[in-house]
Amino acid sequence: MPTYQIKVNGASKTVDVSEDTPVLWVLRDHLDLVGTKYGCGIGQCGACTIHVDGTAMRSCSMTMTQIDGKSITTIEGLSENGDHPVQQAWKEVDVPQCGYCQAGQIMTASAFLAQNPNPSEEEVKNAMHGNICRCASYTRIKKAVMIAAENME
Amino acid sequence: MSTNNKNLSRRAFLRNSSLAGGGMLIGFNLFQACKPKVISEPAIDLASLDYKDFNAFIKIADNGAVTIFSPNPEVGQGVKTSMPMIVAEELDVAWKNVHVEQGILDTENYTRQVAGGSQSIRFGWDALRQTGAAAKQMLVSAAAARWGVDPSECTVSEGVITNAAGETLGYGDVVNDAAQLEVPEDIKLKSPKDYKIIGKDAANVDIDEIITGKPLYGLDYKEEGMVYAAVVRPPAFGHKLVSYDATEAKAMPGVMDVFTIGEKLRALKEEVPRITNITSDSDKIVVIAGSTWEALKAKEAIKVEWEEASKAESTADHDKILMDLLDGNKFETQRADGNVKKAFAEADQILERTYESPFLPHSCMEPMNFFAAVTDEKVRLIGPIQTPEGTAGFVAQMLGRDPKDIHLEMTRIGGGFGRRLYGDFAIEAAEIADKVRKPVKLVFSKEDDMEDGIYRMAIKYRIKAGVKDGKVIAYHLKEAAVNSNMYGLIPNFFPAGAIENYQVDTASYNSNITTGAWRAPYTNFLAYAEQSFFDELAEMMEVDKIQLRLDLLDKVKPEEDERIQYSPERMKEVIRVAVEKSGWGKKPDNVYQGFVNYYCHNTHVAEVADVEIENGEAVVKKITCVVDCGIVVNPLGAMNQIEGGVLDGVGHSMYGELSFENGRPTATNYDKYRLLRMREAPEVVTYFIENEHSPTGLGEPTLPPAGGAIANAFKAATGNRLYKQPFANTPELLKAPVKEIIG
Repeated sequence: MPTYQIKVNGASKTVDVSEDTPVLWVLRDHLDLVGTKYGCGIGQCGACTIHVDGTAMRSCSMTMTQIDGKSITTIEGLSENGDHPVQQAWKEVDVPQCGYCQAGQIMTASAFLAQNPNPSEEEVKNAMHGNICRCASYTRIKKAVMIAAENME
Repeated sequence: MSTNNKNLSRRAFLRNSSLAGGGMLIGFNLFQACKPKVISEPAIDLASLDYKDFNAFIKIADNGAVTIFSPNPEVGQGVKTSMPMIVAEELDVAWKNVHVEQGILDTENYTRQVAGGSQSIRFGWDALRQTGAAAKQMLVSAAAARWGVDPSECTVSEGVITNAAGETLGYGDVVNDAAQLEVPEDIKLKSPKDYKIIGKDAANVDIDEIITGKPLYGLDYKEEGMVYAAVVRPPAFGHKLVSYDATEAKAMPGVMDVFTIGEKLRALKEEVPRITNITSDSDKIVVIAGSTWEALKAKEAIKVEWEEASKAESTADHDKILMDLLDGNKFETQRADGNVKKAFAEADQILERTYESPFLPHSCMEPMNFFAAVTDEKVRLIGPIQTPEGTAGFVAQMLGRDPKDIHLEMTRIGGGFGRRLYGDFAIEAAEIADKVRKPVKLVFSKEDDMEDGIYRMAIKYRIKAGVKDGKVIAYHLKEAAVNSNMYGLIPNFFPAGAIENYQVDTASYNSNITTGAWRAPYTNFLAYAEQSFFDELAEMMEVDKIQLRLDLLDKVKPEEDERIQYSPERMKEVIRVAVEKSGWGKKPDNVYQGFVNYYCHNTHVAEVADVEIENGEAVVKKITCVVDCGIVVNPLGAMNQIEGGVLDGVGHSMYGELSFENGRPTATNYDKYRLLRMREAPEVVTYFIENEHSPTGLGEPTLPPAGGAIANAFKAATGNRLYKQPFANTPELLKAPVKEIIG
């Protein structure tokens, strides 16, 4: 099987997997980074969102070939101590119900705010529209993103 | 407030012991009203203690640290936070100093270690408070004895005991003495006005782990030597395995084995008829591989021949069958007051309407999965399950093992909504592990989840009312459902008791499609049907829609009928507050409102939906929700449940639909199955009725009214009544009347 070099949360990793293995399963099964979640496997729910060179991407729909040599950030590496402004806002608002989708929500929100630090509410809704929360914590997700934006200023 | 609770034997649910390492442990049986049970064993370092009678524990260390073991599965409803809060309140410790651990299940005889029916807090309320209070009294007695004073001279605040002279002792200072004392017989509980923890916002106890991506869920569980299993399931309901060829799959990277399961489960079903409908009788093909992806991928490479062993059904069949049932006379009567037939004959006006709903999948974000390891010594099961006790029992029976050999640990659950009440996935994992004899994690793909679900069944209601001299004199509700009908007290919900001639009849059709409980079973659709009907009834009678409901409530006398458990007074109060807070009848011309009041899971709710016209289409903008669930333990968590329940109700009545064609669901993933997303989520504004009633359910009761509230608001906005869910399937009925567009 081919060998791939990737940088995950600042550390270089070598993985030996078949070329069609989705990044999601490399993270979860091979690198023990289980914060990135499997939801649908077809890029529809956003639970598996990671940052690839700073851009939010669906790890379930990316193969190792597509990210070879690139730098990946997962929820585990978003901040040193869980104190990224988005994580802090999630805590302040107490967003989660079951919590399963929230890592993906946080990764989407943090990449979005890095691009657009002063969003309107409409922009936040559009940015977060691709991430499903089956518990429907949408009211709190929206509020937390707005608070994070304020705190990042 | 003090209680004597003469009907409870204190010893039946409380026991005290000292800890070997210093400190004390109080065990309690949360559901002491149930029959006495024998075995339970906490997960952590308590195994050496002779502590077999209880399903929850408080541990107080001699440094004053408090650990509370939370016994019930955490499925997103927040009990892992709120149940320990109740204990901490009466124990009188600072919430920030409490550490919460998930308790485990042992194999035998737990009483109600279940997440379902919105009942955890309701059933736990008395026992949780009494346990905290008993421990506190023992700690105070120990301190008083050391000072040589009467315990009544001592006060407690946040784990520090103070005597009349102003001397202080911490719980940790006296805990080893307290551990020697008998559990007191007369336990004094706090008055709600003295609460410091209950009623205050507390964040989810797992929040730090969730936001940093720590392993919490079943799918995250992993151990040395574990292999992965994926299962090839029948492609359609009614299909059965004939043969398969796994030559290609077995040659794929990481694939270790391919075999079939099903035999043991079929044998179990023969012994336990009530689980016959949780999964198909066909053999299934299992792939064992070194990683999840390798297992899922190898499934696709297996060549399989299936046969149609029983009819592969379609939605068109169900529509016809259920309509025929409503038109027919094969009903079972659930409640009958007076004589509806006679009353209809005497009525001046009759209204009859039929309401239809589709199958729904649960769509949990975390696909079904379970870890199992079977050895000659024991069976270990780890994963997300709402019914640990029942599932462990089924596994023991299926594998012919002593229930004591089954060790089950519950992980945090990535959504349940009823799906994880059925342990089919854990039973499957156990059958696989028994064959492979290695620690194994069974993983469903999202498609497996949707195609082999245990769905909310399709249901149709027909409601008929008769009016004479301006009064509702008769009400007849008929239910036709796939596989099973409403149960328990549902036939006695409002308007039962309000109408002299009242009847509820049910009929069902047995399908080979597996169905089961789905958040707020039956009421999740019934509330919309009935509340739409009341609105239309008021229109026919030319009376005010809310006044009609209030007039009906005036006639209800729960004291004369024990089946009626809703309170007309509490219902009227949620209605009053909803009218006031929603600005009912006082909105600008471009806001159209719909009203619903409802009772289920022991909680009274009123909701008002605000709909506006945007680009010619009616859009839900806001839901005002008023809830009487008694004392609110954790307002922050409670509001989250309410917002989620309301939006779940809105989302599924707008978009939720699973159709079948020849036994196959027409949607198998989120590309075709539509769930509510951010832009479609209206604002939810919540108000609680403040009172000192004991707490009632909250995970479910705000969902059912939401569909009715938006349907009634859509009628106000568009002039169209909606008789069939999901509403988005009939976009022409959601358009503004022509004058609106021109104007």
